[in-house]
Amino acid sequence: MEQKPLPQKTLTVEVLDHLERLALVDFRTLEGVQRLEKAIQFADQLHAVNTQGVEPMDSVLEDRCLYLREDNITEGNCTEDLLCNARETVEEYFIAPPGNIPLPKLNERDTFLQVSE
Amino acid sequence: MAAYRGSLLARHGRAGGVTGLHAGPSRRRAQAAGPIASGQRAGNSPAGELGVAPWVAVVGLEIHAQISSSSKLFSGSQVHFAAPPNSLVSFFDASLPGTLPVLNRRCVEAAVMTGLALNCSINKKSLFDRKHYFYADLPAGYQITQQRLPVAVNGSLSYSFCVGGKKNQMVTRTVRIKQIQLEQDSGKSLHDDTRSQTLIDLNRAGVGLMEVVMEPDMSSGEEAAAAVRELQLILQTLGSSQAIMAEGQLRVDANVSVHHPGEAYGVRTEVKNINSIRFLARAIDYEIQRQIKELGNGGTIMNETRAFDDKLGCTISMRDKEGKQDYRFMPEPNLPPLILYDTKSLPANVNHRQVVNIDWIRERLPDMPSVRREKLVEQYGILPEHSFTLLNEEGLVKFFENVVRQTQMNPKKVIGWILNEMLHRLNQHSLTIKESPVSSLFLADLLNLLERGTISSSAAKQVLEELWNGEGKTPLQIVKEKKLERIQDQQELEQICQAVMEEHQEEVMEIKKGNRKVLNKLIGLVQRTTGGRADPVVVKQILEKRLS
Repeated sequence: MEQKPLPQKTLTVEVLDHLERLALVDFRTLEGVQRLEKAIQFADQLHAVNTQGVEPMDSVLEDRCLYLREDNITEGNCTEDLLCNARETVEEYFIAPPGNIPLPKLNERDTFLQVSE
Repeated sequence: MAAYRGSLLARHGRAGGVTGLHAGPSRRRAQAAGPIASGQRAGNSPAGELGVAPWVAVVGLEIHAQISSSSKLFSGSQVHFAAPPNSLVSFFDASLPGTLPVLNRRCVEAAVMTGLALNCSINKKSLFDRKHYFYADLPAGYQITQQRLPVAVNGSLSYSFCVGGKKNQMVTRTVRIKQIQLEQDSGKSLHDDTRSQTLIDLNRAGVGLMEVVMEPDMSSGEEAAAAVRELQLILQTLGSSQAIMAEGQLRVDANVSVHHPGEAYGVRTEVKNINSIRFLARAIDYEIQRQIKELGNGGTIMNETRAFDDKLGCTISMRDKEGKQDYRFMPEPNLPPLILYDTKSLPANVNHRQVVNIDWIRERLPDMPSVRREKLVEQYGILPEHSFTLLNEEGLVKFFENVVRQTQMNPKKVIGWILNEMLHRLNQHSLTIKESPVSSLFLADLLNLLERGTISSSAAKQVLEELWNGEGKTPLQIVKEKKLERIQDQQELEQICQAVMEEHQEEVMEIKKGNRKVLNKLIGLVQRTTGGRADPVVVKQILEKRLS
């Protein structure tokens, strides 16, 4: 895989590294980064609309009534059903690794984003 | 949790296994620079010269109180402290695909009650958001919270504590409440270091929490402890949370920084893993001193999260290699805005079970601790400090009022017996007032005997001691059996005083020389001779007359 210099001033290596870290994706190739850029350009078209004075809508449910439930116990007691999906369990506990294993720093990682010398 | 951890240990019982399991402090919130405690600006304060410029500490608190409800915030699984692992978990709590959050009305009411009790403005419209981070006990990968628009804002909490050498001066302060928001609790992680794994129990995942954010208006561990204690009392009075810190129903994180007066605020650290109010004061005071020492030595303070180690009495850096967290807040798409009503805005023909009426809740708020204290002081003439002590012990107010009701003794004198004799003994034997071997009835009877002059105060103390041993005898029975009735015969008393004086010529000389304090010794000797049956006031009168 060739290491090519990164295009686009707005998409810095820092931003891409941040995205890889947050979403745990790997852009892998220049094509992957370009696809991201195209997606951003596509979304940027929204800026063409004048939204001055318009309240942002953050949910299509904004006019709906939020249903309130009575405080009754109606669920639970399905330990087996829940545990059967897990790969590893011990005495009715789920098993997880000891802690978050952080992604190595950019210069310690084998990633396309490493800028070549 | 302990019972079930026990079974795991029993089965895999190896020496290493016993020490291997621990519920570590939450390690995910590695960074402290979140949208919390406004007013604290991150910026290095210049290293002060050793011992020259004074330091001012700034303390802000983030408190999570578990809502007292039968079921969880967004699901119908049960809320309960000890239960088999993963038995109180619904499909939604486990974040299985296809499940949706459904808001529990009781949790909304709890948040509104708490907001009103803390003098907040209740937002008639509030919104839910997702806060994203990865951790095994957060199965969805995000927590539903209220970051943009919480249910209550801009409140205040008044608290008091004792200052002065003798701790007898009461000081009252106020801390501003920035906001109260509803959010989900996470599950519990049990770290098994020996096997390099974590055991996850989701029983707690999804339980409703009220996060109370306090502005950084405090400056010491003592103030923070007093504020949290008062909040605890308020929550318990409302019933919105049982707020038992030992059971994790009340969790406090402290943000601490120091600076020189007049200069910019210093860099703050976040202190977590505090399990009691006493440790809260200690942890904050330690952190303040640590920061002062560090800066005094020319060092800098890092914006980081530190855990309090109660055994070592210090804070330890929890710096996670992950670095700063980006929570990627976004609106919760599955929940419309939460709309609250008051009597004016209440729509007609509405299903009352689908609305939360702020005025309805306000009308039914019980008296807050501060009001109850005022009423006690007003009604019984006791000191404000006394009212604090009464309210601090569960059931003590009721006990006090029961005694007052059944005795002729002035409440101002009764309180002395409650606080000095009863509470003292209860604390010595680690008993609650409910477990008291002496009932309010018996204490009232005893105080009546004292009021009527049947016995002296020293005799009364002896009777109380007998009552405490709990053989079921009434105060009067004990008095009769031990012949503790007050010596009424003036002549008899005079004779005894004369005898004591004759036996202690040295002391008599001292008193005549002007050393009045020795008089108390003579009174004590007379009391011992009479077995406490003499009225100390009368004895003093007789002795003084004879010594003049």
